[in-house]
Amino acid sequence: MRIYATYNIKGGVGKTTAAVNLAYLAAEDGLRTVLWDLDPQGAASFMFRVKPKVKGGGKALIRGKRPLDEAIKGTDFDNLDLIPADFTYRNMDLLLDSTGDGGSGDAPGGKPARKLSKLLAPLAAEYDTVFLDCPPSVSLVSENVLHAADVVLVPLIPTTLSVRTLEQLSDFVGDFNGHRPELLAFFSMVDRRKKLHREITEHLSAERSEVAATAIPALSVIETMSVERAPVIVFAPNSAGAKAYRALWAEIRAHWE
Amino acid sequence: MAPGLAGFIASGDDGQTWDDAVASVLASLDAEFTVIPGHGARPGSVPSAGARRLTWLDTFDWRLYRADLTLEYAAARRGGELRLTVGDVVTEQPLAGFQASRPHLLEDLPDGPVTARIARLVAPRALLPMVTVTSASTVYRLLNPDQKTVARLVVEHPSVPGTEPSPLPPRLTVTEVRGYQAEARRASRLVGSVPGIGPAAEPAFATALRAEGRTPADYSNKVDAAITAAMPAPQAAAVILLRLLDTVDANVAGVLADTDTEFLHDLRVSVRRTRSALKLFGDALTVGRGLTTEKLAFFAAEFKWVGDLTTPTRDLDVHLLDFEQTAAGLAAAKPDDLEPFRVFLGQRRRKEFRALTRGLRSPRFTDLTRNWRAVLTAIGDRQVNARRATAVRSGSLGKVAGGTAGFLAVERTRVAFGKVARRGAAITPDSPAESLHDLRKRCKELRYALEFFAPLHDPVVSAKVVGDLKRLQDCLGEFQDTEVQIGEIRALAAAMLAAAMLAAGEAPAVTLLAMGEVTAGLAARQRAARADFERRFSAFADVEGQRRMALLLRGAAGQEQN
Repeated sequence: MRIYATYNIKGGVGKTTAAVNLAYLAAEDGLRTVLWDLDPQGAASFMFRVKPKVKGGGKALIRGKRPLDEAIKGTDFDNLDLIPADFTYRNMDLLLDSTGDGGSGDAPGGKPARKLSKLLAPLAAEYDTVFLDCPPSVSLVSENVLHAADVVLVPLIPTTLSVRTLEQLSDFVGDFNGHRPELLAFFSMVDRRKKLHREITEHLSAERSEVAATAIPALSVIETMSVERAPVIVFAPNSAGAKAYRALWAEIRAHWE
Repeated sequence: MAPGLAGFIASGDDGQTWDDAVASVLASLDAEFTVIPGHGARPGSVPSAGARRLTWLDTFDWRLYRADLTLEYAAARRGGELRLTVGDVVTEQPLAGFQASRPHLLEDLPDGPVTARIARLVAPRALLPMVTVTSASTVYRLLNPDQKTVARLVVEHPSVPGTEPSPLPPRLTVTEVRGYQAEARRASRLVGSVPGIGPAAEPAFATALRAEGRTPADYSNKVDAAITAAMPAPQAAAVILLRLLDTVDANVAGVLADTDTEFLHDLRVSVRRTRSALKLFGDALTVGRGLTTEKLAFFAAEFKWVGDLTTPTRDLDVHLLDFEQTAAGLAAAKPDDLEPFRVFLGQRRRKEFRALTRGLRSPRFTDLTRNWRAVLTAIGDRQVNARRATAVRSGSLGKVAGGTAGFLAVERTRVAFGKVARRGAAITPDSPAESLHDLRKRCKELRYALEFFAPLHDPVVSAKVVGDLKRLQDCLGEFQDTEVQIGEIRALAAAMLAAAMLAAGEAPAVTLLAMGEVTAGLAARQRAARADFERRFSAFADVEGQRRMALLLRGAAGQEQN
């Protein structure tokens, strides 16, 4: 089972649209896939028309009182299931922390940081691929996600600051003991009409190996996902948006699948 | 990931057409769901209407069906898949290049969740195609107010393919979307409440099998002959022996095709049971205008010949079936050291198997089964008056055993139990191995007697008696089988030397050393079985065991008097 996470400290950079479309493409390739919508806003759940509600809330899941597989909902698509968001996920930091044996004195990367990883382990019997759609933050939740993931997919808006974000993340992950996820950044919401976007995209993709060759353009068809409530590949299969996600998945697949 | 709920068929009680019934179902569902045609934008683009080809797979003895598991292979243009249903949970495993029309051994299947789930249950049997159904289906999605698919309705027109495809009753199935059980149940209730539609009494596969004149679980190696206590003894004997002959006949094709090792095993067991039955109550067949004693002796000798014919192949099968486990259990030698031994076993088996198939294809064998069936059918069909059959005597006891199956059962089982009890009690720690081997044979006879007459016994008492006897037999079996295997491995080592495999460098000295270690392991198991004997024997034949046996036989006698 391979675990992918879409993550960025900043919000509104295309994490959820990437998670939704890539998870769909993985399922289309025949991989048994589950997407966990960890963001209390529940955008991924919304796009799959699943109510953002988990029985017993995040507490029951994180404390292990309710097995994760009881929360799983089938999407409209074969091979693709979803663990919905829940509004209680906003307190997930507290929940994750209170499950640690050492209380607040736990060292960075200690037990509370690996709780999510443990919860996901039983899914290996049923799924080939997991996607974690992460809320934008630097928190115990994101630390958990980074520890659990095999590959962290980082959408970047092409600005000079985004380069700094990538470096910070790379350093943070580099300090992990034991399992370290691989990073793959990709440019997102790229506006080819903007000179800065063009320059940064071309420059960084060529220069840095952890930046994907594929960039996801800023397109209204991708924004329409929240109206259509479906992956862009489903309702506009021949659009530039669908083609971009297909190209990105092909790059990921060539590398890791 | 898409468990199917109960299926529905036309109940046929209000004369409407199937299409009308489906229209009523859709209208009924429309009251609570938005119903739209189409499976959904499924990855891999499966159309809403299409033809499916499904093959039901199981072992010859229906191991999956008996464990409430349904295994099907769904053929598809780009690689099919195995689908295992346990209760309402469906596990899928992609499987490309699978020829569903052929038998497949488990070791030929790729690893996956379905293979892992069924391996222990199925091996060493092969998976066989039980029946194939092609089905034209239309799928409807049932949506909730968020326009989310919460269940699907599948309308199917199945048929059994062939030169003249036979159509089966059309069928409706509500399938569940994970996490939306309540909605699927609600949809099922709505479908079930439509006039003219009723729940399907059996799965589509069972209907398909029935269309071919078969029923699920139509093979078992159990005796389960239809006898009653009041039945005349000759007739009961014929019924039991015919049931055993059916099992022999049912397995011949599988043996000849070498589909899996268990065909031969079941055939051998039935032959052994036949021989024991002839010993236990063969005289019942000679009553009146039945068989002559000479003819009876002839058939007994012929079945001994069949038994002997099958022994070499089965012995080699046992070595080969245990091979992985034996190799894994080596302490000093490496599992690979044994590889030349496996190669040698394989060569020997091929040779012995050829001799076996020659025997089973010979006129001697076909005449035997045909004539035996004719004799038994004639005796079974004859209306033997129970009073006139009182000449049946209980062999060594010399008493009149009575002319009914009930008396026959009581008398012969009592004698068989007496032999086990007496001979077992005489065994001391110093007794030679032969005395245990002899006891094993007597135990087998008793076990068969209990099985043959099982319909006449109280099932609760019988289960306890047979359970204790089985544990004693397992102990004696382990004691003797390990000894036989040690002897065989020694003989095979000599044969390997004689075949100059060593000289050819194909069987290095390490192989012989490893074989030595295997025999040491077997010897240790044999000692453990010997040490366990006392306990097993008293559990079966102590005062309490004798009381239980008396109770069992009283029950059978009582039934006969009623």
